[in-house]
Amino acid sequence: MENFKTHFEKALKENNLSKKEIAFKNFNANEFLSHGFPNRKDEDWKFSDINQIIKKKIGELNFYSEQLKKSDIDKNILLNEIEHNKLVFINGQIVQIDFNSEDKGKIEFLDNQNNIDEQLADNSLINLNNALSNKNYKLLVKKNYQIKKPLIIYHTTYNELTSQNINLKINFELEENSSLKLIDLVKDKSNKNFINIFYNFSLEKNSILKNYKIDQFENDNIRYMFNNIKQSSNSVSETFYLSKGSTFSKNEIFCDLKGEHSSAFVNGIFSLNKSKHHEIKAKINHLVENTKSYQLVKSVLENKSRSVYQGKIYVDSKAQKTDGYQLSKAILVDETTEFNAKPELEIYADDVKCSHGSASGSLDENSIFYLMSRGLSYKEARELLINGFLVEVINQITDEPIKKLIKNLYGLKNEY
Amino acid sequence: MREKELEKLKDYKYGFSTDIENFKAPKGLNEDVIKFISNIKKEPKWLLDWRLKAYNRVKVLKEPNWQKPKYPKIDYQDLYYYSAPKSFKEKPKSLDELDPKLIETYKKLGIPLNEQKRLNGIAVDAVFDSVSVATTFKDTLTEKGIIFCSISEAIQKHPELVKKYLGSVIPITDHYFATLNSAVFTDGSFVYIPPGVRCPMELSTYFRINASDTGQFERTLIIADKGSYVSYLEGCTAPMRDENQLHAANVELIALDDAEIKYSTVQNWYPGDKDGKGGIYNFVTKRGLCKGKNSKISWTQVETGSAITWKYPSCILQGDNSVGEFYSIAITNNHQKADTGTKMIHLGKNTKSKIISKGISAGFSDMTYRGLVDISPKSTNSSNYTQCDSLLMGNKCGAHTIPYIKNKNANSNIAHEATTSKISDEQLHYCQQRGLNSEEAVSLIVNGFCKEVLQQLPMEFAVEAQKLVGISLEGSVG
Repeated sequence: MENFKTHFEKALKENNLSKKEIAFKNFNANEFLSHGFPNRKDEDWKFSDINQIIKKKIGELNFYSEQLKKSDIDKNILLNEIEHNKLVFINGQIVQIDFNSEDKGKIEFLDNQNNIDEQLADNSLINLNNALSNKNYKLLVKKNYQIKKPLIIYHTTYNELTSQNINLKINFELEENSSLKLIDLVKDKSNKNFINIFYNFSLEKNSILKNYKIDQFENDNIRYMFNNIKQSSNSVSETFYLSKGSTFSKNEIFCDLKGEHSSAFVNGIFSLNKSKHHEIKAKINHLVENTKSYQLVKSVLENKSRSVYQGKIYVDSKAQKTDGYQLSKAILVDETTEFNAKPELEIYADDVKCSHGSASGSLDENSIFYLMSRGLSYKEARELLINGFLVEVINQITDEPIKKLIKNLYGLKNEY
Repeated sequence: MREKELEKLKDYKYGFSTDIENFKAPKGLNEDVIKFISNIKKEPKWLLDWRLKAYNRVKVLKEPNWQKPKYPKIDYQDLYYYSAPKSFKEKPKSLDELDPKLIETYKKLGIPLNEQKRLNGIAVDAVFDSVSVATTFKDTLTEKGIIFCSISEAIQKHPELVKKYLGSVIPITDHYFATLNSAVFTDGSFVYIPPGVRCPMELSTYFRINASDTGQFERTLIIADKGSYVSYLEGCTAPMRDENQLHAANVELIALDDAEIKYSTVQNWYPGDKDGKGGIYNFVTKRGLCKGKNSKISWTQVETGSAITWKYPSCILQGDNSVGEFYSIAITNNHQKADTGTKMIHLGKNTKSKIISKGISAGFSDMTYRGLVDISPKSTNSSNYTQCDSLLMGNKCGAHTIPYIKNKNANSNIAHEATTSKISDEQLHYCQQRGLNSEEAVSLIVNGFCKEVLQQLPMEFAVEAQKLVGISLEGSVG
């Protein structure tokens, strides 16, 4: 923590900040200093002690990052399969903004936003983010505008990174009747970093957000992503996680359904091996009548890996007619793996339909036998069963081209 | 005033208090009080040392505070840790010597201590505040070699058994309330079933808190030796008082090879009045150890009382092929709060566990199911099935489900289901159409909802529990 203090002060000097901003950053820095990284004593981190994990995998963190010297974008990181808009972040700093496929003036990307926003209590990683993220970006989708092509945000790190900690914060605002398709693509070239990304979404009436987070490529970074979503009436949010590549990853989603008939969908896949440890934690707050939420998370675990799913449905006493559902399933392929789940319901209204299910176990031997008796090898049979198990989640994706893209990236043939 | 009292009694018929002279330890928690308790019970030195060791740990331990229902801080120095009817300074030898007031009390509670009057074969150990007042049917049980007596008596007569098993499931290094109990426990039941014996009757303990400002800390120890079987019932009531009273018991079950223990509780402590004033804090630690192969422990509980219920009857499935079961109905009304559930810890191979939990909350109450299923890496071919359903009546109450699921073994399966809903208007309409009034209809539907658990109770208890379910929800509809 000694590091943090000196590095924070160094970073503070470099940026040109108003008094108010400095006070805000100081407050958050102090909060982070007094709490430190979360550990297993915090209920939310019971299954994933990030303090230990950082200590073990990285050691003492270097928080200070130098300004990026003009860096060219490695063309290899860009996706060619799909026509898209781009935001490219290298080492946490923006290097390319491309909205060429969209109408002029309908989408704005601003980086001079006031750096102060409301607090989420009890999360020292957000304090860390607030203290160190050097810019506050904002993406605005104007009223009645439906995005034509998906927007891909590339999160890339290069080797010349001096800091081991990257903090990034983006606010998204979807005005009335607008829509946004957003893909977060992780492609890292550096090793052993702690990446801390915080998204704030504000969804106005009738807006639609589709967010797909893809962590497919092997890397040994520690990643924390937080989606904070506020939804007005009739809005829809769909969040999908492909959680595979990083050594450690925790995706957190906090969703307030504040307007009637709003709905939230959270789907996720864990496909882990090689001692990886991934977690999804979702909290959906049903605050008014007639809201809906649906969560589906599936894991396939091999070779000392471990997945955690913590889902919570909160129903306020005002929120009658709530429909909430959670399902988490896991296949433990070999003896060394572990699946932990904590699917919670916290309900204060009586006219609701809320349920959850959780199941975990090994691959069904009978099904393997069935397939092998029809001529498949053991390996093929196993693969077929696992892919069939996971593809159910991918099929929840409502955007056809993106569904195809994700199947491709994951290496599934289209016939699934 | 008198009428008011009567009005009160209608709500909780066990709310009377017995006017009996008490003999108490000095108020407060300190070494002297522990020595006092140990001395009055003529305990051997090893037990006093054990108590003091636990007490030294209590001094440094912090009270847990992660539970959902919060309560005002308990002043542990303002409690009596030992209270007994004065006539008990010398323990009565037989029922004839027992204070008639006590017999009257238990008669009022529907527990006749007189064996002839008892129709069905249930042996009862009655615990009044800090002492066991009577144990019935002793002769019949002794014939079979079964030991059923108060734990104080067991310490005197069977010290080798007590020494071997006391604290083997709930050690003194456990959480705050369990350790506190180890330091100051006063009385409770002791059961030992010898190898190969099937206990011919239900064993039962009836707990009663009478004195005010008193905490009840009883300790129950049940040992089922190889190939034996026992079914044990526990009932509890307390008078209505405005202050909150603490009940922190420890219950330890040990099942050796091929043994089976069935433990049923109908908990009907005073729940407090309509505005949430008074009532018992029921912070009980119950834990069963399936120590031997093919052993089985099954918990059944009907929780209708207490201002705050905070307990998790658990099973440690250590022996191969052992089975743990947990059936629970928890009902909260008015301002009652409950945070209850179970822990199933699978350590042996081929272990199985089943959890059926039904929660019903009404009025301004708050109910939480919290459970843990943990299958360890060595526990191959194990399985768990969990079902927890909650029923809500009105939108001033809450129902929560917090399961912790840990699977560390690829050859083991865990399945978990939970639902939350209300009594549907269609069901109510259907019943009312056929001539039931709304309360009868609700009672019928709720009993149907609970049926899976009620079935697990021994006959006499099942009838009582069914009535209790109806009474607890009175006034919560419409």
